[in-house]
Amino acid sequence: MQGWRGFRKSYFVYSFLRDPMAMGSFLCLAILVMVSFGAPLIAPHDPYDSSTIDIMDSEMPPLWLDQSDARFLLGTDSQGRDMLSTMLYGMRVSILIGLGAVALQAFMGIFVGLVAGYRGGRFDAFLMRLADVQLSFSTYMVAIFFGALFQAAFGMGRYEQLAVPLLVIIIGFAEWPQYARTVRASVLAEKKKEYVEAARVIGLSPGRIMWRHILPNTLTPVLVISTVQVANAIMSEAALSFIGLGMPVTRPSLGSLIKAGFDYIFSGSWWITLFPGVALVVLILSINLLGDWLRDFLNPKLYKA
Amino acid sequence: MDRQPLLSVRDLEIRFRMRHGDLTAVNRVSFDLARGDRLGIVGESGAGKSVTGFGILNLVSKPGYIAGGRLLFEGRELTALPEEDLRQIRGNRISMIFQDPMMTLNPVLTIGTQMVETILAHRAISRAEATAIALDRIRKVAIPSPQKRLQQYPHEFSGGMRQRIVIAIALLNSPALIIADEPTTALDVTIQADILELLLGLCQSEKMGLILITHDLAVVSQVAERIAVMYAGTIVEIGPTAQVAGNPQHPYTRGLLGALPQRVPRGGRLNQIPGMMPTLTRVPEGCPFSNRCTLCEEVCRRRVPPLEPKAAGCLAACHLLD
Amino acid sequence: MNTDTLVSIRDLHKHFDISGGWLDQLRFTGGRFARRKTLVQAVNGVSFDIMEGETVSVVGESGCGKSTLARTVMRLYPPQAGEVHYRGRRIDHLSREQFKPYRTRMQMIFQDPYASLNPRMRVRQILEEPIRFHRPKTSGSEVLDRVAEIMQQVGVDPEWRERYPHEFSGGQRQRISIARALAVDPEFIVADEPIAALDVSIQAQILNLMMDLQEKRRLTYLFISHDLSVVAHISNRVAVMYLGTLCELAAIDALFDRPRHPYTQALLSAIPRLGAKGFQHQRLTGDVPTPIDLPSGCVFHGRCPHANDRCAREVPTLRPQGQETLVACHGVAEGRLPD
Repeated sequence: MQGWRGFRKSYFVYSFLRDPMAMGSFLCLAILVMVSFGAPLIAPHDPYDSSTIDIMDSEMPPLWLDQSDARFLLGTDSQGRDMLSTMLYGMRVSILIGLGAVALQAFMGIFVGLVAGYRGGRFDAFLMRLADVQLSFSTYMVAIFFGALFQAAFGMGRYEQLAVPLLVIIIGFAEWPQYARTVRASVLAEKKKEYVEAARVIGLSPGRIMWRHILPNTLTPVLVISTVQVANAIMSEAALSFIGLGMPVTRPSLGSLIKAGFDYIFSGSWWITLFPGVALVVLILSINLLGDWLRDFLNPKLYKA
Repeated sequence: MDRQPLLSVRDLEIRFRMRHGDLTAVNRVSFDLARGDRLGIVGESGAGKSVTGFGILNLVSKPGYIAGGRLLFEGRELTALPEEDLRQIRGNRISMIFQDPMMTLNPVLTIGTQMVETILAHRAISRAEATAIALDRIRKVAIPSPQKRLQQYPHEFSGGMRQRIVIAIALLNSPALIIADEPTTALDVTIQADILELLLGLCQSEKMGLILITHDLAVVSQVAERIAVMYAGTIVEIGPTAQVAGNPQHPYTRGLLGALPQRVPRGGRLNQIPGMMPTLTRVPEGCPFSNRCTLCEEVCRRRVPPLEPKAAGCLAACHLLD
Repeated sequence: MNTDTLVSIRDLHKHFDISGGWLDQLRFTGGRFARRKTLVQAVNGVSFDIMEGETVSVVGESGCGKSTLARTVMRLYPPQAGEVHYRGRRIDHLSREQFKPYRTRMQMIFQDPYASLNPRMRVRQILEEPIRFHRPKTSGSEVLDRVAEIMQQVGVDPEWRERYPHEFSGGQRQRISIARALAVDPEFIVADEPIAALDVSIQAQILNLMMDLQEKRRLTYLFISHDLSVVAHISNRVAVMYLGTLCELAAIDALFDRPRHPYTQALLSAIPRLGAKGFQHQRLTGDVPTPIDLPSGCVFHGRCPHANDRCAREVPTLRPQGQETLVACHGVAEGRLPD
């Protein structure tokens, strides 16, 4: 209870409440996350339940247009699924992949960065060159290569089942060097500080010093890049889905919804692609704006210059 | 000689706008500085000495602001001057020297370029004349082979040499007053002594006023003619150097002197002032030193003591002295 | 060897390789590539003994290697050459596991009270860690009692043990830093500029505390400082360092009453003196050479007013002068320096 009161009075909350941009984007993000994870409860239809889907309902326009159906607020897609429900479920898939990929990136990157930064020497040089090599392949290239390989090797059916973990691993692997570099840089700065020397004078083992003393002090920049990385991972997933290497249409993410609707945009059914597109933009924008604010808050020196 | 002082500070008050209301960093500070006079401002960190220095130049950065008082410099009221006129005074009539020379020096320009630009910003003369002035100043701060040195970048100089260059830059437009904020704190003792001696010599030969801001009483006592001791934003004692350093009146000054190892027999216990300087949010009512003062009486907790003349030409802010 | 010698440092050398990675070391000279290392010679052949219960101070200006010396003695850096003995046992070549018992005997206090405490740990955690690590069998309540006891001893209210370092002032943090060093009951403490970052009135508090603790716990100090007036106050003997070498090692009174080495003389004369009018210090010409290209012969010869050819050629060794002084200076040894 005391912790909560302290938090409410803290500078963090104070500066957050004084920044309408941060508040707005946080509110936006919170709503999006809540409705997407609450999709099974609040969505009017279940897009995964094929028994409720009627092909006769396909390409219904949104409610405010002619020929619309009262059951479908934002219209339906080409298979007759309710757009609103499909988007909510799709956003859940997108956010899950984004978070999962970032968790994997962070895990690998923090481990490599911590060890490389603390050990130094040849070990450090090797790991960092490895990170450079990894970074010189673009995320999409890696993803396209492995996605295509997997589809060819296991067939589409298996791919559709394993699409989420596979995308998490592909996107996670492609971007771990971001974390490794950030963490290594702050480890290099922290390890020179006297509290680390004090821990060595006590006689603690390198592992314990890294884990207990250095790691907690390098997490601030990790937090900042995490916001950007989540947004990037969601974008990567959308892009992969758009070119057909991401989520299958049976379990659509925002990206695959946009792709699915794209085929119908010239036949006049613009809503199938527009609504998921808007949802994606709002999601990415609110994460990025929140990340910007967090970066500015955690690094006040930016203002003083 | 005119009787009017070079600089007259009256009831200077500087505040910082904070989340929970304003903090008073400098509280009704007053002193005069005659032409060619050297004043030392001593105090521990947080005493408000640096803020006072910046305040004189009207250079307090946000969220700080001058909340009251007057700053009369060469007959002009600095708090009322427009920014443009103030800029003409800064670097021209008043120069400032900081602890870190790199606050003044630009790392990507040669010393010569920086010096010439500084002169040209204030005076309408030719580049050749400006270079001649720069050379003269470099000679004045006793830097060997000045011609060659002008072509070099700041990183090619040692810490002591950089501080000499900063002094040379401060001298460029023959100012009437130099404000030096901890100019030697980052330097080694042997170099510190050289720089202080140089600064002292220049003030005497060029008839410049000097305000030396430092935490080191011994340093001030070697350079300044008068010393002002600051505590929690106020001047608690001001007087001639011999008096303040030799026979201090205010309990804080006495405590501070007693804490110096030089004044105590080797290995003996140092006098320690209990507690620490209050943060600006927690300055006690009445005398700001009352919560650490061993002599504190009832009156000290109630009323702020005024800065009044005490024994031997000293002003001190203490109820318990007559 | 004397029986009450606690620590003895023999001909210690510490160099740092600052030439970076393998590629950075490549130089193209004389028509072919060669690997060349850039070495900072921070400590070059320093030897002295520290007796039980005394305070030996190492003074010198920035870059003279005094902090490196302290850290090499504490095994934060491995030495290139030379030995460190503790109570007659050589300790510089021990493995981390073998050295562990010595960690409870020798501890260190650091300069910057803002960097020497882990900002993410509570004071209790900071103080518990060394106790739990070295005495794993201690029960939880015993550890807590011990923490409270040390906090009391260094003058920090044990009620504050759940707070984080940033909630304390510089002086209090330095007390906590001292408490952490004392947590394992050491007998030898290396203090690297422990008061340099503090205000004068707080400096006095910490110095008094250190002297009290020395008396109560019979501690031996290796005190690193640039401030000669502090050193004069606290030490029994003083070692003056310049560019990684020892110039003079003397008992405190001998050093301050009659400094022998020209550098010591210059250093002493430059101390700001309260109430002195103007300056009478000895001016040194030129800048301190870099420890990358050490001068030949005596490292001080380029700035010494008494240097001659021999000083430029031959490295002086520490020789006894009088009862309590060792000086490394040809001029002093030849008796050609004015008194």
